[in-house]
Amino acid sequence: MSLDPVILSRLQFVWVVAWHILLPAFTVGLASYITMLEGLHVWTGKPIYLRVSKFWIRIFAVSFGMGVVSGIVMPFQFGTNWSRFADATSNVVGPLFAYEGLTAFFLEAAFLGVLLFGRKLVPPWAHFVAAFMVGFGTLLSSFWIIAVNSWMQTPGGYTIGPDGRFFPADWTAIVFSASFPFRLAHTVSGFYVTTAFVVLAIGAYTIRARKFVEEGRLMLRMALGFLTVFAPLQIVLGDAQGLNTLEHQPAKLAAMEGLWDGGNGVPASLIGIPNQKEEKNDLEIAVPKLGSLYLTHSWDGAVKGLKDFPPDQRPPVIVVYFAFRIMVGIGLLMLAIVGVGWLMRWSGRLYNTAWFLKALQCALPLGFIAVLAGWTTTEVGRQPWTVYGLMRTADSVSPSLTGLDVVLSLALYMAIYLLVYPTGLGFMLRIVWAGPLDADPENDTEVEGGRPAQPVQALPHGEPS
Amino acid sequence: MNGPVMDLVGIWTVILGLGVFFYVLLDGFDLGVGMLYGLHREGEQRGIIMNSIAPIWDGNETWLILGGLALLAAFPLAFAIIIPALYFPVLLMLLALIFRGVAFEFRFKDKAHRGFWDHAFCYGSAVATFAQGTVLGAFIQGFEIDGRRFVGGSFDWLTPFSVMTGFALMAGYCLLGAGWLVLKTQGELQDWARRQGRGALILVMLAIAAVSLWTPYAEADIAARWFSWPNIALLAPVPIASLVLAVATWISFGSRQEAMPFVYSIGLFLTAYLGLAISLWPNIVPHRYSLWEAASSESTQAFLLVGTLFLLPIILLYSGWSYWVFRGKVKADTGYH
Repeated sequence: MSLDPVILSRLQFVWVVAWHILLPAFTVGLASYITMLEGLHVWTGKPIYLRVSKFWIRIFAVSFGMGVVSGIVMPFQFGTNWSRFADATSNVVGPLFAYEGLTAFFLEAAFLGVLLFGRKLVPPWAHFVAAFMVGFGTLLSSFWIIAVNSWMQTPGGYTIGPDGRFFPADWTAIVFSASFPFRLAHTVSGFYVTTAFVVLAIGAYTIRARKFVEEGRLMLRMALGFLTVFAPLQIVLGDAQGLNTLEHQPAKLAAMEGLWDGGNGVPASLIGIPNQKEEKNDLEIAVPKLGSLYLTHSWDGAVKGLKDFPPDQRPPVIVVYFAFRIMVGIGLLMLAIVGVGWLMRWSGRLYNTAWFLKALQCALPLGFIAVLAGWTTTEVGRQPWTVYGLMRTADSVSPSLTGLDVVLSLALYMAIYLLVYPTGLGFMLRIVWAGPLDADPENDTEVEGGRPAQPVQALPHGEPS
Repeated sequence: MNGPVMDLVGIWTVILGLGVFFYVLLDGFDLGVGMLYGLHREGEQRGIIMNSIAPIWDGNETWLILGGLALLAAFPLAFAIIIPALYFPVLLMLLALIFRGVAFEFRFKDKAHRGFWDHAFCYGSAVATFAQGTVLGAFIQGFEIDGRRFVGGSFDWLTPFSVMTGFALMAGYCLLGAGWLVLKTQGELQDWARRQGRGALILVMLAIAAVSLWTPYAEADIAARWFSWPNIALLAPVPIASLVLAVATWISFGSRQEAMPFVYSIGLFLTAYLGLAISLWPNIVPHRYSLWEAASSESTQAFLLVGTLFLLPIILLYSGWSYWVFRGKVKADTGYH
């Protein structure tokens, strides 16, 4: 049978990581937002911050739990499906993974319990500290996992042993590899923007639902203020990472640009359909010399094209090309939404223009799509390598695996994720429909973490097992 | 031997050993509580059973990630051979843990399908435990290896022995879970947990006896390790302590003692764990690679050790704090609030 374990293992990795990344994309920003709300509540004593915080903590509980369990799957993938990669690179990236566990996961897990269930067991400041620690943990986690990813993209600080394994030579160069600062900034800022658009959308919804107008306005105001800085900043950071890619991963950049023929004064391809066989773009609209201008900041700057690399060292161009365009398009659309938001606010119509609030609601998934597109751009752009230029994906897979093994495991992962994710999403929607509840503890029938205050009363008696 | 000043491999062996043992104890008792949850019929008390672990299971499970990552970073050759060899048990364990993990949240939110998530919780706990038990059994039996690679089949792990260890671990985790419930509950539910604990203890002792007879019978080097002179005298305290602890556990489940059943059960696990370590020492890929052969480079182990020695005490400190916050009995009329 011609089931290829390499392709199938890649599909499986795509499946588990794509679902998983949606959760950090949301929870990294949300943890920081909750910390801010808790801090504002301790600082100002205004109950509205507590109401909004409790509302988001209920959503956080669902998404974080799903993030944890789908995250446990990830490190094992390197063993089950990519054991040759693990054997070859562990001396270098192993400690980075381990540091993620040591610094981030325990911090998050220990303080999450207190954040979700401990509000009445600890003083308010300690509860704020718990929120802060969970948020800090998510950022530490991002730091280490992006350090690993960046090393795979732009390896540095290593030597190669006689059997082809990588050995550490300089830890600073390993952790802070060439693309790391740019990738970290662009990713975390992207996560923050994603969360802010969710807050914006839910704020718009709660205003439109006319039940929790005050809370909705607060969400809208905070998210819009935040995005005023971060939506443009994210584009600047993305540009910086693009220039870094040009320097260190020119083949990936050429695929992003759809640039086949390198040289001086290259055009910018606006849209087209890359044709990998004939090494050209079909139906293309391009602007002459513009590519060189924004890539090298000179009309005649030299840029390498895909034809400068042998075909077996080029990524799948069409995927990278379109993923990149989706990401950039969404970035610009987000900027436009924020701009219109400010026009509305200045003219005093932000909270009562139905069509705009509706548009904000529709914008909820934009960040997630952009994160997936950006991740596709950088990861598919890394192909055909796991360690860029040094170790091929085809040489990384576990040697004992058969295609059938991976078909089986992939089918099971698919079935279970398709059950768990939509269910979790449904619960989050239900929390949104219920809206921010009263902060008065006496009325606190449904408490943080989604557990009823008196769980046993909510249980049907004599339920069947 | 003119080795490095410190024996890094030795230190990492201790850290990995402790990490895995912590995982077995901590997630062991909450997986056990998950299985006992399935055995209990009454709705109100089931809520208490689940609430006794709701705030801490997440931290407990984190030790699994730590164990996996420490193996990857400190003993990568073992990771690269063992994990692909256990492809399906690991898959089964991960899927079961997913189900069980989300069931904590989902069961409270999805009243229409509460029965389904109840099943997800107890069967998820049971399947994850069984899978871990087969991992243990397959690990003891060893793998087919060529150079640095596992070259056997994807179902080599499935043997009568690994199935037996799978069920044995289920009994073991139930024992820990019963000990935890005695500690965290009172009245009727506590009495029920004491009975379950005794039942689990009988199965655990049968399983320990089976493994203790089976492994020396099947593996000559393990038999030599235990039964040659003077080892037989030096190692005798381990099985003797095991028996003493088993009796103590039995008695404490029957008495009014609240903490001791859990403590003695932990002691029993410790002796079983030591027994396995003695049988397999000094190999981390049984019958093939020693800890030193599978270790990562000295620089790798040193780089990770610096942070670990600093972070591990802090982790223990704040994990302990989060247990402290939720100390005391879980009561029916108050829940957590």
